[in-house]
Amino acid sequence: MTREPLVRIAKRADAAPTAAWAIRIAAIVAALLFGGLIILLLGHNPFAVYPVMFAGALGNSPAFRETVKISIPLLGAAVAIAPAFKMRFWNIGAEGQIMAGAIAASYFALYWYDKVPQPVLWLIMFLAGALAGGLWGLIPAFFRAKWGTNETLFTLMLNYVALQFELYMQNGPWKDPRGTGFPKIPMFNDAARLPKLLGVHIGWIIVLVFVAVMFIYLRYTKDGYEIAVVGESERTAQYAGISVTQVTLKSMAISGAVSGAVGFLVVSGANYTLSDQSAGGVGFTAIAVAWLSKLNPIAMVAIAFFLAILSKGSNTIQTAFEIPKSAAEVLTGIILFFMLACEFFVEYKLIFRKKSGGAAI
Amino acid sequence: MQTAPFFVIAIMDKPFIELKNITKHFGDTVANDSVSLDIYRGEILSVLGENGSGKTTLMNMLAGIYYQTSGGFSFDGSPVEIRSPKDAIDLGVGMVHQHFKLVEVFTALENIILGLPGDKKPAQAQEELRVLCEKYGFHLDPNKKVYNMSVSEKQTVEILKILYRGAEVLILDEPTAVLTPQETDALFAVLRNMKADGRAVVIITHKLHEVMAVSDRVAIMRRGRLINTVPTRETSPDELTEMMVGRRVSLELERPPVENRQLRLAVKNLSVSGIDGPNALKNLSFEAFSGEILGVAGISGSGQKELCEAIAGLCAAKDGSIVFYPQSGGETELTGLSPKEIRRLGVSSAFVPEDRLGVGLAPGMDIVDNVTLKRHRQGRGMLLNRTSPRALAEKIVEELQVVTPGLTTPVRLLSGGNLQKVLVGREISENPELLVTAYPVRGLDINSSYQIYDLLNAQKKRGAAVIFIGEDLDVLLELADRIMVLSGGELAGILDAKGATKNEVGLLMTAGGHREASV
Repeated sequence: MTREPLVRIAKRADAAPTAAWAIRIAAIVAALLFGGLIILLLGHNPFAVYPVMFAGALGNSPAFRETVKISIPLLGAAVAIAPAFKMRFWNIGAEGQIMAGAIAASYFALYWYDKVPQPVLWLIMFLAGALAGGLWGLIPAFFRAKWGTNETLFTLMLNYVALQFELYMQNGPWKDPRGTGFPKIPMFNDAARLPKLLGVHIGWIIVLVFVAVMFIYLRYTKDGYEIAVVGESERTAQYAGISVTQVTLKSMAISGAVSGAVGFLVVSGANYTLSDQSAGGVGFTAIAVAWLSKLNPIAMVAIAFFLAILSKGSNTIQTAFEIPKSAAEVLTGIILFFMLACEFFVEYKLIFRKKSGGAAI
Repeated sequence: MQTAPFFVIAIMDKPFIELKNITKHFGDTVANDSVSLDIYRGEILSVLGENGSGKTTLMNMLAGIYYQTSGGFSFDGSPVEIRSPKDAIDLGVGMVHQHFKLVEVFTALENIILGLPGDKKPAQAQEELRVLCEKYGFHLDPNKKVYNMSVSEKQTVEILKILYRGAEVLILDEPTAVLTPQETDALFAVLRNMKADGRAVVIITHKLHEVMAVSDRVAIMRRGRLINTVPTRETSPDELTEMMVGRRVSLELERPPVENRQLRLAVKNLSVSGIDGPNALKNLSFEAFSGEILGVAGISGSGQKELCEAIAGLCAAKDGSIVFYPQSGGETELTGLSPKEIRRLGVSSAFVPEDRLGVGLAPGMDIVDNVTLKRHRQGRGMLLNRTSPRALAEKIVEELQVVTPGLTTPVRLLSGGNLQKVLVGREISENPELLVTAYPVRGLDINSSYQIYDLLNAQKKRGAAVIFIGEDLDVLLELADRIMVLSGGELAGILDAKGATKNEVGLLMTAGGHREASV
């Protein structure tokens, strides 16, 4: 009659951590091999390209500082996403929340730089960014809590609203009069720029503080516990006397506020101005960071830095080997894909039909 | 496909289906360990075992739902591969699962012919169905929509669906779990007709009296292994229990006398809207007293869930009132309060919900964090106190003999019985004055079940008012002091458990007039 199936998927018996790490390392090796094939197809020598790629990200201190600078918003946004994802609220709106924070902070950078002392200005910009981002995060949370709307679509759509609002400001009210017709927002006054520490703007310290606070918040506080229970099961939360509405609103306000603060760091620390590229897809890449770190803020430090290495490295090989931008991005995409896919093999294994198997009639 | 009776007898001594060394692994778990079993035509075979003994897994492989890790099947002596339910149906195997798989908006007939080649006229199919019903003694209106049917009617549709496809062997997974005693008798009559017709019937069950009542042979399973196969007439319930559990177990339940009986809870004219309709509970009034176990009986879906949730504050009452009378005196109106508000008012009540992992516990969290639930806001400051829950978790694990790799294991990895001990342990830890338990022994092995019964009795003796929603009428009659019977969301009667009989309760269960006993 029929034969035993060719491939079956079975859940792995709780794999030892060493086995899990072996799979992950194998995945990275496989990704590099596969990426090497692509480099070969492009007519380059992978053994020349890979070293340049990593040297370009870590090889000297300017490159290293640049890589750290790339990882700051990535890490900040991943930390921001953590409380939302922990309660299974799929906030894919970090991008828009960053933009909302960036716009609010920019207002004070553009119009208040000469009105208050510099530290006060920084503080105001930080708070404005956090407040705007928090409000931007509260909107979808409110609608979900009140009417059960789908938060994935809602947060995604709000990204475009924030971006379009920025474009309006850029082309209208905040347009640089000296921009000779080119629609851009003026550079910030020195007073509104963040200082550097060890060659990188102090955003890296602020983000590391976020990491530590979020780690403690999620793991050791009553609020963090409630977030985890809501994520486990909303019915259980209700049963235990937890107000799902309150937890949803509070967590999304926090999630948005951290994103908004990241927006402030981007405009005031890295770019010294606001543009439609201020968020630059960080809010989306951060989802991969959060997921790969299993929502553990400490692990996010390593993952965000790793992705920053890939990003900076792919920039370098574009110039060094004249590899097109899109091809370099394919390379980083492959590495990411292998890393995400390997989590499947950490949990499941494939069983192939044995050669002799399948007694047929 | 019909077989002439003389031929049936001729091949009776040759097995129809042989299961040969069937082994099934789920990851590390061995669900079935080299099980060999024969199934004959013209017999009713019981597969008896506790929950988790692997009886359903074994039959799921025969029905093509799972594929074995090793071993194989033979039909009439020839080896076959069963890779899908379709293969199984082609071989004449049909299975009625515990959870019915019917299209609610279709009629009985539409469900039965669903998926079959469309070359038959409905009238012709209906005629064939009528013949089938007549032959085996089913009562079914072929044009009734499934959503209008009672559970037992749905089961009838499932069985007919299989017979209509010409099944030679019919597997029923816990078929009586949802039936009243009267409906169970009707089902057994039908099964006997099928047996007489030369078909093989397999019923998966953990209820001993059913095994004794209906089957010819019993296959006893324990922890994935087939322990023994014995002719029913040569065995006894005690012997079967011993094989099923692995040691002698006393099946006696004690019922300590009621002492110091005081009013704890008064429910008046309570009406609640359910998911399935506007009237999950209608105009229900009853009282619960301290030092007493009030059993609640009824076909599943008769409003038990809504009753519990209304008392716990998880669903809103449409009408009526729920009043709690604390031991210290006074009264507290619970109607319309959320669990949070009920807790804040200091009402000493506990609730063991039916859905342990979905409502009672947080599945991905460990025992300590699950014990923390409900008391996590205690203490000052922002930080969570895990010290006292840890002590409590250790106490629960020790006193209730919870089998767990450790306090940090996610509770979803625990077995049903251990899960329930964690849940019940947490709920009784604050010495509640009112304890509501919904199906507290569902899915538990005999040993754990009796441990839970003992815990309920201990709570009763301590002076708690216990409301026990159960499905096993034998247990309700032995354990409870009074039995409240619900039917279609209405009160059908409250009986003194001491004098009541199973038949009486069974009749009340269908007395609401909303559904008729059928099959």
